[in-house]
Amino acid sequence: MTAEPNTPATLPVTPSQTVGPFYGYALPFARGGEMAPASHPDAVTVHGYVLDGAGLPIPDALLEFWQAGPDGSRTGAPGSLRSDQTTGVLLGRDHTRFTGFGRVATDADGHYALRTLIPAALGASAPYLSVCVFARGLLHHLYSRVYFSDLESANAADPLLASLEPRRRATLIAQSEGARTYRFDVRIQGGDGDEADAETVFLTFPMG
Amino acid sequence: MPSQEVSALLNPDVEKQSDIDAEIEALRSAARREGAQPGSQHSPHPRRDYAPYRSSILRHPKQSPIEITDPEAAELYGPVFGVSDVAALDADLTRQHRGEPLGERITVTGRILDRHGRPIRGQLVEIWQANASGRYAHQRDQHPAPLDPNFTGVGRCLTDGDGRYQFTTIKPGPYPWRNHLNAWRPAHIHFSLFGTAFTQRLITQMYFPGDPLFRYDPIYQSVVDDAARERLVAAYDHDLSSPEWSLGYRWDIVLDGPAATLFEPGDSNGAGL
Repeated sequence: MTAEPNTPATLPVTPSQTVGPFYGYALPFARGGEMAPASHPDAVTVHGYVLDGAGLPIPDALLEFWQAGPDGSRTGAPGSLRSDQTTGVLLGRDHTRFTGFGRVATDADGHYALRTLIPAALGASAPYLSVCVFARGLLHHLYSRVYFSDLESANAADPLLASLEPRRRATLIAQSEGARTYRFDVRIQGGDGDEADAETVFLTFPMG
Repeated sequence: MPSQEVSALLNPDVEKQSDIDAEIEALRSAARREGAQPGSQHSPHPRRDYAPYRSSILRHPKQSPIEITDPEAAELYGPVFGVSDVAALDADLTRQHRGEPLGERITVTGRILDRHGRPIRGQLVEIWQANASGRYAHQRDQHPAPLDPNFTGVGRCLTDGDGRYQFTTIKPGPYPWRNHLNAWRPAHIHFSLFGTAFTQRLITQMYFPGDPLFRYDPIYQSVVDDAARERLVAAYDHDLSSPEWSLGYRWDIVLDGPAATLFEPGDSNGAGL
């Protein structure tokens, strides 16, 4: 089928379904969360918990990260999974290329950790990681972003962050814990009332 | 929602199928009434707050998402994969062990397209599924159905130049789960898909035609639009069946948005942002 650029977007979309509880032997791959080479001097760790509406950790969530490179490249690179041609086992990336893609499942505590490189700023935005959240019980994935607390002036000028009231803005900012480590929790559902923990800001994109 | 109400809703040994059925029907009727309103445009995707699927109750946001219209957004680009990411046998789930798995051998194939009908080329497709007895090779699935030492139930491939994927596998069995008393999932294969933009990411499930469990399953029924829900069901294709070998199922997948899509360099269909 050949479509012209101006062909209207008319095909009906295939609906989403939950990732369910049993993706664990299919989707995670070796070193999926090690986007940065092991010894890279600029590598940062982003870690935290994925939480439900009762504030309890979600042990069966899967996070995917996508980002620009430190040089601003948005084209990514193949080689995140690397399937062994002999055994079919996923070897994981060899760190000769920054693929821009990471995938991490939460552990039994609902905790995840990612090691990556801080991307270049794109347009008027401050540097961010895009994160896509999947979980048992979640019927359609959610998008959010991870900004970095110590990039204060860039964050102050970021159009998305600037559009949010402080309590909600804070949910998108990974807090520096020193030693190039940041804490970023994903709260899928907020509690009720002002005292309750704020729900993570989720994002949507205009669909064709 | 107060926690007492939640715990009452989360007792799978008490709740009956008839209670779930009534909730499913009420939500579907409401969607039909809404769809009949002039100018209504509801999403083909499931509502995230779909209470008949009990695990969704504490796992959906209450706030509306924020719309991003920035043409520089990283999400308008996406991960890429290549030949190093997929081994030749990854697409044949019947040949990943010493022996052959038990069950009905099937071929599952189709095309991955964007909403303009353009093929998604060279992109990663991942699947996982239960074995013919309805058991997953996962430690959390402990229901009394046999594991098959010759079947793991994981496959992956890259789409070809027409956006086509193809897997050889066995037909998965239905299996019980603890949403409510006597809850059974219709047979399905999980699919994970990437487009050219991260915003096109999709994880979904492919079902088999004529499954008697459709009407009872809150996950399948979470797609409240009748036509959209039927798009999750593959078609049996006799021309795809091989004599003395396998039965064929065809399932095309259309990825959502974004409004502005990027194109591969040199793609004659390319229009930029």
